[in-house]
Amino acid sequence: MNITVDGRAVPAEEGQTIGAALHAAGMRSWRTTRFGGRPRGLFCGIGVCFDCLVTVNGRTSIRACLAPARDGDVITTGAAE
Amino acid sequence: MTVYDIAVIGAGPAGLAAAATAAGNGAAVAVIDAAERSGGQYYRHQHGDDGARHHHWRAFTRLRDRLDGVAHLAGHRVWHAEPGEPHVLHCLVGHADERPATVRARRVVLATGAHDRSLPFPGWDLPGVMTAGGAQALWKGQGLPAGNNVVVTGTGPFLLPVATGLAAAGATVHGVFEANRPNRHALPLATDLSRAAEAAGYAAALARHRIPYRTGHAVIAAHGHDRLEEVTVARLDRDWRPVDGTHRTIPCDTLAAGYGFTPQLELAVHLGCELTPGFDGTPVAVVDAAQATTAARVWAAGETCGVGGAILAMTTGALAGHAATDTTPPTGLLRRRTRQRRLAAALAAAWPVRDGWRSWLTDDTLVCRCEEVTYARVREAVADGARDTRGLKLLSRTGMGHCQGRVCGYAAARILGVAEHVNRPLAQPVRLGDLAGLDTHPPQGADT
Repeated sequence: MNITVDGRAVPAEEGQTIGAALHAAGMRSWRTTRFGGRPRGLFCGIGVCFDCLVTVNGRTSIRACLAPARDGDVITTGAAE
Repeated sequence: MTVYDIAVIGAGPAGLAAAATAAGNGAAVAVIDAAERSGGQYYRHQHGDDGARHHHWRAFTRLRDRLDGVAHLAGHRVWHAEPGEPHVLHCLVGHADERPATVRARRVVLATGAHDRSLPFPGWDLPGVMTAGGAQALWKGQGLPAGNNVVVTGTGPFLLPVATGLAAAGATVHGVFEANRPNRHALPLATDLSRAAEAAGYAAALARHRIPYRTGHAVIAAHGHDRLEEVTVARLDRDWRPVDGTHRTIPCDTLAAGYGFTPQLELAVHLGCELTPGFDGTPVAVVDAAQATTAARVWAAGETCGVGGAILAMTTGALAGHAATDTTPPTGLLRRRTRQRRLAAALAAAWPVRDGWRSWLTDDTLVCRCEEVTYARVREAVADGARDTRGLKLLSRTGMGHCQGRVCGYAAARILGVAEHVNRPLAQPVRLGDLAGLDTHPPQGADT
């Protein structure tokens, strides 16, 4: 199955989180912080730190490390919230 | 409206043991868990997993086999626990399709587990720096190595499965840098057959993968532009201050850092449970000999009442399951708890966090990652009169962001020299629309 990340197709597997799919695709950061504009990606990996936030199908502030990837999910990365 | 006899919160080793025991004693039990699959962080696994990546896997499958008739409410994140008769547990289900759900139960067993404890250091906010548990979760839950060239640092035996897991996943592990040195406090662990065998297994795996293991060393800084490129390792003195002339850099794309674990106590606080310093001083829920908390009809098990690993968690979970069904437990369980608690105390004493880590920080090191609060600003706030983590939050926004101080709370408390603050009225972020969408005030949240 595939998800799209900022318009680009990224493969994902059944049971994989969105964060794992991005990680497997070689991405290590996918948003920037509000003040410093610093890149962030997976840090705690278990839903505690909120570094890995993405927008999924228009819904903002989703933790990529927790949300299971579903075929056709439209992921938008970028700003903090 | 379903009212369960017992709601167990958390499907890790403690929660599963509590649920299996209570269901075996005839109770109507629900296990509420944030993850899609049971097992918690310890038994985090993939669909169809054969358990090859796990210790004590058979204990997990045996527990799982005893859960017939238990309602497994997977993917349920409890954001507020409201004490009463019955207790009401307000949950959120789903992610992009998030929706509220409410669970009611006459009795609650808290088995909410723990998350990695982090220490700040220069560059720890660079992509490529992860918690040790985060690296382990990628491997156990997703089958992915956290990186190609990896360094592991922190303190405690947990660094060993993290390093060997990364190596098994195909990463090159350039070293495990354990801040503490071997000491007499670890002796009870060395003479425990199960733990000693586990340690010997890790030692063999480290040797097989040619992974250097250095005690009295730590990664004290991470470097890179937009992602991690190298780390600085130094030898530490007894108080964890870097020793002059021992600094060296190691190129790497990933760093896994872990300094122990912090129990998740939000729901315990909601339900009115008293807290006490745990084995290592970090707050835990007070429990009596039957695992009962100080709150009415609430029991606790596992890391919630003291970080001690999976065997202690399964033992206290079974005891809580018996107590919550008014059943006398087998004496063997009580003996095992006594032994495992002694080992947990030894673990905390052998791998403490020493104050010298503060000397690793520079003015521009972030303490609070969410609100991007630097160490210089934290010190200013202290100079301006911040005396506890609440005061620090008001003066500097430390701990005010998305994670609500879960990541920086320990470090902030240690800088201030006070106990960590664990009062978070919302245990999960809740959208205002979801609050507004409830039929009534949260106290009588609607079933969905």
